[in-house]
Amino acid sequence: MTDAAVFQARGIGKSYPGVRANDDVSFTVAPGEIHALLGENGAGKSTLVKMIYGLVRPDEGDMVLNGQPHQPADPRAARAAGVAMVFQHFSLFDALTVAENIALGMENPPPRRELSARIAQVSQDFGLPLNPARRVVTLSAGERQRVEIIRCLLQNPRLLIMDEPTSVLTPQEAELLFATLRKLAGHGTAILYISHKLEEIRTHCDRATILRHGRVVDSCDPREHSARTLAAMMVGGEMRPIDRSGRQAGEVLLQVKGLSLPAPTAEGTALKSVALTLRAGEILGIGGVAGNGQDELLAALSGETRSAPGSILLEGADMSRLGPEARRTAGLLAAPEDRLGHAAVPDFSLTDNTLLTAGARKQLVRKGLIDRSAARAFAEAVIRAFDVRTPGPGTAAKALSGGNLQKFVIGREVMQAPRVLVVNQPTWGVDAGAAAAVRQSLLDLAGQGAGVIVISQDLDEILELSDRFCALNEGRLSAPVPTDGLTLDQIGLMLGGAHGMEVAHL
Amino acid sequence: MIRLVPRTEASAFWQIATPVMAVAATMLAGGLLFAIMGYDPVSAIRTIFWDPLFGPAAGYSRPQLLVKAAPLILIASGLAVGFRAGIWNIGAEGQYIIGAITGAAVALAAYPASEMWIFPAMVIAGALGGWAWGMIPALLRNWFGASEILVSLMLVYVAQRIAAWMAFGPMKNPEGFGMPGSRNLQQYPAASNPELIAGTGAHWGVVAAVITVLAIWFLMSRHIRGFHIRAAGTAPRAARFAGVKPQTLVAFCLGLSGALAGMAGLFEVAGPAGQITDKVGVGYGFTAIIVAFLGRLHPVGILLAGLLLALTYIGGELAQLTLNLPAATVQVFQGMLLFFLLGFDLLTRYRITRRVTA
Repeated sequence: MTDAAVFQARGIGKSYPGVRANDDVSFTVAPGEIHALLGENGAGKSTLVKMIYGLVRPDEGDMVLNGQPHQPADPRAARAAGVAMVFQHFSLFDALTVAENIALGMENPPPRRELSARIAQVSQDFGLPLNPARRVVTLSAGERQRVEIIRCLLQNPRLLIMDEPTSVLTPQEAELLFATLRKLAGHGTAILYISHKLEEIRTHCDRATILRHGRVVDSCDPREHSARTLAAMMVGGEMRPIDRSGRQAGEVLLQVKGLSLPAPTAEGTALKSVALTLRAGEILGIGGVAGNGQDELLAALSGETRSAPGSILLEGADMSRLGPEARRTAGLLAAPEDRLGHAAVPDFSLTDNTLLTAGARKQLVRKGLIDRSAARAFAEAVIRAFDVRTPGPGTAAKALSGGNLQKFVIGREVMQAPRVLVVNQPTWGVDAGAAAAVRQSLLDLAGQGAGVIVISQDLDEILELSDRFCALNEGRLSAPVPTDGLTLDQIGLMLGGAHGMEVAHL
Repeated sequence: MIRLVPRTEASAFWQIATPVMAVAATMLAGGLLFAIMGYDPVSAIRTIFWDPLFGPAAGYSRPQLLVKAAPLILIASGLAVGFRAGIWNIGAEGQYIIGAITGAAVALAAYPASEMWIFPAMVIAGALGGWAWGMIPALLRNWFGASEILVSLMLVYVAQRIAAWMAFGPMKNPEGFGMPGSRNLQQYPAASNPELIAGTGAHWGVVAAVITVLAIWFLMSRHIRGFHIRAAGTAPRAARFAGVKPQTLVAFCLGLSGALAGMAGLFEVAGPAGQITDKVGVGYGFTAIIVAFLGRLHPVGILLAGLLLALTYIGGELAQLTLNLPAATVQVFQGMLLFFLLGFDLLTRYRITRRVTA
């Protein structure tokens, strides 16, 4: 063991067409250190580790591994130099056993029996219980990850890279993983840990290098900072405290009464006499575990499914028999949960994607004719106002990161100045900065006198945004309760079902 | 090892290059086939692709180009709209036959009147007949979820039986000395679809094809309906969110392609074919599927692809006459063309990379 750094990056830069993925990135990983690479989606973390692992070559700068220049031509060269990587998505063959899968990933696999013995040895040493003879198809996500980790450990790596390893794990499995990493670090292996989960980095990492827009913005000991400061470093000045002020509940905008619909598919959920009232300037939060009728409720409000006459009224006008176009014209807008394929057409440009919902209200379509320059101007306006990071409005929707596309989708609806906007999971899978921007835009919209319905599984989000809260459970919507003074425990009871609702009424 | 890496965006270059490569590969493979069969490959290829346009007898064959291309382009333009939306009308041949019958029925009913309205009425009747035949799979799909692919295809065989029945029964020429087949419309001026400019082969069907190409281009690129069709083809849920009713779209696409195929059938029966026989359907409806894909489902591409496929028809006939090539040559060529096109199509969606295996 030496005190020299295991790995050092100096002035690494990498550009892709239209994007500067990494710019002058330098950092050092010491032996036995669990080093976090922290950043939003698209901050350049993946590009950086791909360069270390030989999948991508840097445009400028150099890397040093164990005192030797590190310029891997391919992952094999990187592995030979002592770099191992566990990917977010596993590359295992379901039909083969653990030992066979591990042998497949090795340069010179030893005889099967010796390999099994070594697997058993490593899994015992590092507390990774795993039976080499089991078929991968029978393993849980956590166990599959162990296969990948053991495959890496058999190479005795000096530097182990883990790409968002806990995103597929249960909390218990995650704890086990950290115990293993800690043991590994105790043996002197350096670990580069990629994540945007602030809490686990705070509890388990020794150092954190924070990336933003491809640059290193800070390097710190994460244990000495709060999650909030780390988030602020990660997203820069964009992390504003949510501003809920300036809103007052006005006249009733949307009324839903006795909305019942059969389940659209065998897996779907039937809606059972859903009723709600939404006032101007108000945000109504609808919580619940996914699959309890969220998609169906959004479809019924957006007009994708029609309901019984008189079940949905917008400012007194019956919407229930109208299609999505007519409802948008009337001022009832929606943004579904699934960005790619539902809220946006993946293969279409952002310009074309404005035509999906904004044709009538923004006059992008007149008498059936598309005004492409108006559509382009509107797309540009959304991109500007919502800080959508993209080379331009001609970019295909699927080329955007999840957070950026979500900002575009929400922005497209918000900028049409709806009377009522219904959103489902507005910040699902979106990084902290984009999530804050999306939430603020919903609050601002309500501040301007629109009514907003936020359907979300994220209870913190609901408590942060909404004035009143309802729980959606097996297609039934509870009576609303004001969120002021409501605790997570009470919400949990409401989500639990009928009994919970009675408790909440008290 | 050769690996296929998916492209994030379909390559614009390969979009245009694949049809060209498919044609080149078809010529190569066809030449090879002819060589194996003992023919001179170079002269066979020249006979099929060159001589119809520029050979010694080109004066006779050149007008045929437009005659054959017009129905192909007319039908393929309609099919392409549906294919863009993921609605697969495989039965244009049947809609073509029914259009020919309903259009001819107007003429035969009016015979021997000579009013101006007869020919326009025939065109409308032909389009309506094809539309109605296309609506059968549309309604069955909308009401019962039946596959429009199977239903439209099966209806081709029904249409063929109806054509045979008409030729031997209700539409049989009363002055035809008992021969099967209707009156020859070419000899009935008010109902005929003559060559408009001598020596070009251009009849009203050619005019209709050109107008259709322009109209479909406008629909698909400028009109919101075309936008919805394209959206429905690649992201059906997004299209529904935008306000598209899938049932309406199914009816629109099958109805439109049926009407255009029916019109093509009418122009053919009132012009080059002349009469309803049991062999009214000559395969244009099926070949148009190749035209639509070869033309990348784009109106301009379909225009070019229609001309090319028409060339293989004429060239194939010429090769039969002059080189004694078998009659199946044309079908082999058309089959190979579609095969190579679909094969090379991989390149628009994937990159081929070479990588040393780990």
